[in-house]
Amino acid sequence: MSKTETTDEAAAAAETDEQELGEAGAQLSTAPQERAVPGSFGGVMQPGAAGRIAWAWRETTGWARWFWRQLTSMRVALILLFLLSLGAIPGSLVPQTGVDETKVDEFRRAHETLAPIYDDLGLFNVYSSVWFSAIYILLFVSLIGCIVPRTWQFVGQLRSRPPGAPGRLTRLPAYTTWRTETDPEQVREAALAMLKQRRFRSHIAGDAVAAEKGYLREAGNLIFHIALIVMLVSFATGQLFKSEGGKLIVEGGGFANTLTQYDDFKSGSLFDRDHDLAPFSFKLDKFVGTYERSGPQRGTPRTYEAHVTYAEGADGAEKKTKIEVNRPLEVDGSKVYLIGHGYAPVVTVRDGRGEEIFKGAVPLLPMDSNVTSSGAIKVMDGYRDKDGKKDQLGFQAFFVPTFAGAGKGTMLSQYPGLDFPVLALNAFHGSLGVNAGLPQNVYQLDKRKMKAFKDAQGADLKQRLLPGETMKLPGGAGSITFEKGVKEWATFQISQQPGNVPALVGAIAAIAGLAGSLFIQRRRIWVRAVRGEDGVTVVEMAGLGRSESSKLPEELADLAATLNSQAPTAPDPAEPVEGVRA
Amino acid sequence: MNLAAATNENLANISNVLIYSSMAVYTLAFFAHIAEWVFGSRSKVGRTAAALTAEGGATAKSAPEVTVRSGGSTAVLDKPKIITRSAAGTRDVPDGPGAAGGTEKGDLYGRIAVSLTTLAFLVQAGGVVARALSVQRAPWGNMYEFSITFSTVVVGVYLAFLAAKKNVRWAGLPLVTTVLLDLGIATTWLYTDSDQLVPALDSYWLWIHVSTAIFCGAVFYLGAVGTVLYLFRDGYEANLARGGKPGAFASSVLERLPSAASLDKFAYRVNAAVFPLWTFTIIAGAIWAGDAWGRYWGWDPKEVWSFITWVAYACYLHARATAGWKGRKAAYLALFAFGCWLWNYYGVNIFLSGKHSYAGV
Ligand code: HEM
Repeated sequence: MSKTETTDEAAAAAETDEQELGEAGAQLSTAPQERAVPGSFGGVMQPGAAGRIAWAWRETTGWARWFWRQLTSMRVALILLFLLSLGAIPGSLVPQTGVDETKVDEFRRAHETLAPIYDDLGLFNVYSSVWFSAIYILLFVSLIGCIVPRTWQFVGQLRSRPPGAPGRLTRLPAYTTWRTETDPEQVREAALAMLKQRRFRSHIAGDAVAAEKGYLREAGNLIFHIALIVMLVSFATGQLFKSEGGKLIVEGGGFANTLTQYDDFKSGSLFDRDHDLAPFSFKLDKFVGTYERSGPQRGTPRTYEAHVTYAEGADGAEKKTKIEVNRPLEVDGSKVYLIGHGYAPVVTVRDGRGEEIFKGAVPLLPMDSNVTSSGAIKVMDGYRDKDGKKDQLGFQAFFVPTFAGAGKGTMLSQYPGLDFPVLALNAFHGSLGVNAGLPQNVYQLDKRKMKAFKDAQGADLKQRLLPGETMKLPGGAGSITFEKGVKEWATFQISQQPGNVPALVGAIAAIAGLAGSLFIQRRRIWVRAVRGEDGVTVVEMAGLGRSESSKLPEELADLAATLNSQAPTAPDPAEPVEGVRA
Repeated sequence: MNLAAATNENLANISNVLIYSSMAVYTLAFFAHIAEWVFGSRSKVGRTAAALTAEGGATAKSAPEVTVRSGGSTAVLDKPKIITRSAAGTRDVPDGPGAAGGTEKGDLYGRIAVSLTTLAFLVQAGGVVARALSVQRAPWGNMYEFSITFSTVVVGVYLAFLAAKKNVRWAGLPLVTTVLLDLGIATTWLYTDSDQLVPALDSYWLWIHVSTAIFCGAVFYLGAVGTVLYLFRDGYEANLARGGKPGAFASSVLERLPSAASLDKFAYRVNAAVFPLWTFTIIAGAIWAGDAWGRYWGWDPKEVWSFITWVAYACYLHARATAGWKGRKAAYLALFAFGCWLWNYYGVNIFLSGKHSYAGV
C-alpha cells in the first residue's frame, strides 16, 4: 500500500509546514477544528453515593459534550447534508400524498404488499416523515451549534490584529525578495502606507508589516448560514399560519372571503379561522379560453383568463381585472389563483304541470384535456309529477364542447373549445338521498333510491341534446331543456401565507452572503525589511491565502512592484538571497 | 386570436438548417481535435514522470519559479520575482503541454479545431436565435429547445475561457464530442415543431429562471469534465509516484493534460463560481411557482431534484472546505452532484411526470 504511505508522508509534511507557519496561518477561517474526545469521562469513581453521583454527572455531561461536538463538527454536517440529498430522492420516485393523492391511491391498488411497507416507512409523504424531519432538524441544530461559536470567533478576529510574520517567509505559498539601499524603517513605512491604501488591515509588528484583507468572506459565509435558518423558520411559520381554500365559480357568480363560502379549506394549526381571513370579494364576469387550432399541439390552451370584478374590504370600491395562470390577483395579503376551468350547461326543468321549477347553470367536471365533462343535475324541491305528487328528479349529465358527430362512435370531446356542444342526459326519479343528512358529492347521482325513466321501447331514457333542444320525460312527467349559451366556470385557489417577506429577505441575503463567501479571498501579506550584514536592506514579501487562489501571487507581484518602485533594487546581484533568517 | 398563425415556418426551417450545419462543422472540429491529439502523441515530453521521480518521489519540494508579469511596465529592469509554492501535501507537478504536446503540427490542428468550434458556435447560436424568432418567445419551451441552447451555452462558456487566455484547450475534444451527442439526441429524439407556449410557461420568469438554469448546467458540465479528467490524471500521477509504469496510451494522453492539482482547482473554481447562481435559479423558480401554481414549493419531481442537486453541490463545497475530504472523495461528490443535475434535466422530464412537463416532452 505505497499509496497510503505517500499520502501519510504528505500529511506529515503538511503538518511540519503548519507548525512552521505557526500562528500566521491560524484563524484564516473560523472553520471549527476537529477534536476527538476520547474515552471515559467520569474518571475515577470515589467511594460512596456522592462519589457515584459525581461520577455519573461527569459521565453524562462528558457524553453530552462529546455528542454535541460530534453533531457540530464539519464531518457530521457533511454527512447530514449528504443524507439530506439522498433522503429527498424517494419522494420523487414514489407518489406523494401532498402532491397527487389519486396517484397514491393508484399505487396502493397496484402494489398491495408493498404499500403497507411504504406506509410504515413514510414513503408516501417523505418530506413530512419522521426520518426526513430528523435529518433536517439535526442539520439545522448542527448549523446553529456551528454558527454561534464561529460568530464569536469572527468578532474576536475583527477586534484583534493580523498575526505577525512567521520566521521563514520562504515557506509561504507566494514569496519574493530583493535588496535595496532604502532604510528598513522607510521600507516598512512605505509598505504600511501602501497596504493601508489598498484597504488591508495592517500594522507593524517587529521587523515586519503584517496585513490582512478579505474579512467579508467570513462575514458572507456567516450571513449565508444564518439566512438558511431565517428561510427555514419563515417557511415553518408560514406553514403554521397559512390558509388555502378552493372555490368553483360559474360566470356571473361571486365569492366573499368567509369560511362558509369555500368548497374546501385547509389551514395551518395556528391559523384563526374566525378572524384571520381578509375581507374581500370578487365576481367572475367571464372566462376566456382559446386553444391551439391545428398542428401537433392542437387543443393546447393559448389564452386562459378569468375576468373578475373585485372589492377590497367589506364594502370597498369595485375594480375590474383579469386573473391568469401566472398572474394571481393579490388583495389584502391574500392571493387568488386561477386553477382550473370547465363548462356549466344551462338547463331548465319543468314539472308535470309545465311549471318551471329549476333554471340554472350546472357545473360539470372535466375528465380529459378536451374537456369531456360529466356530472349530475339534481332537482330536489318543487317538483310534482303529473298527478301533483312530490318527487325528486335526477339527471346524469355528460357534456362535450366539441362533439365528433353522430355515428362517429365516440362521445368524447374532440376539442376543448365550444365548437359543437352536445349534452347527453339520463333521467331518473325517486329519492336523491340528500335528506339523509350525509354529505353528498354534487357531481354524482346516488341512484340507490332512484328509478330510471323508460322510453317507448322500455329501455332507460337517454337523449343527446343540442343547445335549444328539450328532452320530454315520458308520461307527462315534465321536461328538461338544454338552453343556448353554455356558461363556463373557473376554480380559484385563495391562499394566505405569511412569512413570505422574511423568506424572500433570507433568500436574497443567502445569495449575497454566498457570493461573498465564494468570491472573496481572505489573505495575509507580510513585508519584512531588515538590514543585512553588508548594510544593504533585504526586503522579503510573502502572501498566504486560505485556499485555491490563483490571484495571490498576482496580487503579491503587484504589491511588490509598487513597493519596489519606492525601494528600488540595489545594484548587486552577486548572489540571490533566499530568506535572510534561513 | 390564434397566435399559432404567427409562427413563422420559414424561420423555423432556417433554424433547423443552421442546427444541422453546426453539427457538420462540429464534426470537422472533432476530427481536427483528434488530429491534434494524434500528432501531439509523437512528442515525448515525460515532464510529469521527471518531476515525480527526479527528486525522490512525491515529497520532493521543488519550488518552480513563476514570473508573474504585472502592469506591463518594462522600465523596471530588475523586478522582484514571485516564487510560488504549491500547498503542503500536494504533488509538485507541472501542467502537461496540452493535446498538441508541443508539436507544431498538433498545435496547428488544435487551432484549426478551435476556429471550427467558434464557427460552429456562431452557426448554432444563429439556429437558436432563429428558433426564438420563429416562435416569438424565449427558445426554451421544450426539451429540444433546451438541448440546443444548452450545448450552445457550454461551447460559449468554453470559448469565453479561451478568449480570457485560460488554459482550457484540453477540454476541447470531450466538449465537442458531447455537444455532438447532445445535438444528435436533440434532433433525432427530442425534436418538436416550433410552437407557442402553454400558458403556465408564459411569464417573464421563464427568461430569468430558465436562462440561469441552462447557464448553470453548462458551467457545471465544464466542471464535471474537469473532475473526470482530474480523476484519471490523479490516478496516473499516483501511479507514477509509486514508481508504477502506466500503459503507453494512458501516459501519452494523460501526460499531456494539466496536472491533477490544476484540474482539481479548475473544477472547484468553476463549480464554486456558479453555485450562487444555481441558488438564485432555485429561488427564482420558487417565486415563479408561487405565481403560476399558487405554492412556492410543492416537492414536484423537478423541484426535488433541483434541491438534491443544490444540496449535493453544497456538500461538495463543504468537503473542499474541510480537511480529510479533499481530492478524490470530493471529486466523487462533485460527480454525484452533476449526475443529479443531468438526471434532473433528462431523466425527470422523460421518466417522471409532474407539473414541469412541457409541450411535447
Ligand atoms: C443547511 C445546510 C448547509 C448548507 C447548504 C451549507 C452550505 C455551505 C456553503 C455553500 C459553503 C461555502 C463553501 C466554501 O467556502 O467553499 C459553506 C461553508 C461553511 N459551512 Fe456550511 N452549509 C450548511 C450547513 C453547515 C453546518 C451544519 C455547518 C457546521 C457544522 C457548516 C459549516 C460551514 C463552515 C465552517 C463553512 C466555512 C468553511 C470555510 O471557512 O470556507 N455548514 N457552507
